[in-house]
Amino acid sequence: MPSSTKTFDSDFIAEVQRESEQDLALCYQCGNCTAGCPVSFAYDYPVNQIMRLVQAGKKQEALSSHAIWLCASCETCTTRCPNDIDVARIMDVLRHMARRENIVSEKAVSAFWKAFLESVEKHGRVFELGLMANYVGKTGKMFTDMDLAPMALRKGKLGLKAHDIKKLAEIRGIFDRYREQKQ
Amino acid sequence: MSLSYAYYPGCSGLGTSLEYDTSTRALCRSLGIELVEIPDWNCCGSTPAHAVDHLLSACLVGRNLGIADDMAEERKLDGIITPCPSCLKNLKTTQHRLADPEFHRKVELVVGRTLKAELPIKSVLQVVVEDLGIQALAKLVKEPLKGLKVVPYYGCIMVRPPQIMQFDDPENPMALDNLLAELGAEVLPFPLKTDCCGASLGTTRKDVIAKLSGRVLDAAEEAGADAIVTACPLCQMNLDMRQSQINRANHSGHNMPVFYYSQLAGLAAGQGETSTMLDKLCVSPRPLLAALAGHTGEGA
Repeated sequence: MPSSTKTFDSDFIAEVQRESEQDLALCYQCGNCTAGCPVSFAYDYPVNQIMRLVQAGKKQEALSSHAIWLCASCETCTTRCPNDIDVARIMDVLRHMARRENIVSEKAVSAFWKAFLESVEKHGRVFELGLMANYVGKTGKMFTDMDLAPMALRKGKLGLKAHDIKKLAEIRGIFDRYREQKQ
Repeated sequence: MSLSYAYYPGCSGLGTSLEYDTSTRALCRSLGIELVEIPDWNCCGSTPAHAVDHLLSACLVGRNLGIADDMAEERKLDGIITPCPSCLKNLKTTQHRLADPEFHRKVELVVGRTLKAELPIKSVLQVVVEDLGIQALAKLVKEPLKGLKVVPYYGCIMVRPPQIMQFDDPENPMALDNLLAELGAEVLPFPLKTDCCGASLGTTRKDVIAKLSGRVLDAAEEAGADAIVTACPLCQMNLDMRQSQINRANHSGHNMPVFYYSQLAGLAAGQGETSTMLDKLCVSPRPLLAALAGHTGEGA
């Protein structure tokens, strides 16, 4: 994986700007986003450094970071940015790009999202029990939340049946046309 | 004043937050807010959709907005409402982005229909405190929640980002505080009221949840609260269903009930189990409620 200090990918900067509709040059590294970010403790790069990596055209470093997958989308950074940069949207866009480039530093997170969207495509709504089974299948994390299952089932909080929508063809059509658009 | 809304329940209302959906419907009924469920609504995609692709997220939301457009042609609607902050943020963000004509055209192509998406979109909480007015709750209260010490926990995105959500103060919201005070509860100051619980990392990164939700539980206990009150299905699940996991990870011993505000409204209104569904909470609130009833000399 190249991480030379000489790499500067201007196309990457332009792409992040276009997809996020944000002006990256407005970030002057005040650190407010990082100060408010609740997940910083688990990040490899705090969010202001992610912003700096993007400004510096460091595509590989930014897209292979763990931080972009661990961002909880809590919108604190966006809310507190003094220059009105939608930082959370930039984190979203970096995840989109990392997926497209097949760089996934947090495989479990990506697998969970994938299982979630497969459930939506299949049923029109999320079927929580099916989602968990699919996630376990994808990751082999057999004991994920097994401790919660008896409680959730006893409370009737995990429906045993999916709640399929009636017009499933409409949802399938949306996913199909979305994929065509993206090709 | 009669208010009528297109109601978007959200997927968790069919499973892990059944009690939120049920008690929300009961609260609205008793306040005279008519909820007309969006027929055949689909999942908004939640965090996974916007984290994977903004067009996909907008298109999943777009189908629901389109159905609501059809409803509005047939009857008078004051807007679209949902109890779930994540659904709310996706609905509002999509409406906001549809203002861009090129994006609007793309979304219509994928959804396969035209979209107006002009109805106001709000949380049920916002409708209760803003459209109806908090005083309306006073008429509802038959058994004030006297002696119940609570901290209000809004979670992240009920009020954030403010440019999109357009509701209350993004750093120190008061809607839930005021509502709970109106129900007769003692509302304690809570500096963590908008701090993140770890959101959807519950399944994938338990260390993050143990730290962030653990901090919320610690702070609530330090504040002297008997219970936490939420307005978000994901916050509630992390704090309540995962409380035992968090205790194990942090070597803590919390036994803190985590209510939905709509359950407490039902309790104060004297509604029974069928609408408050207190049995659905993983940390039982029974001992707490029994102690309160004993304290005020009322039957449990």
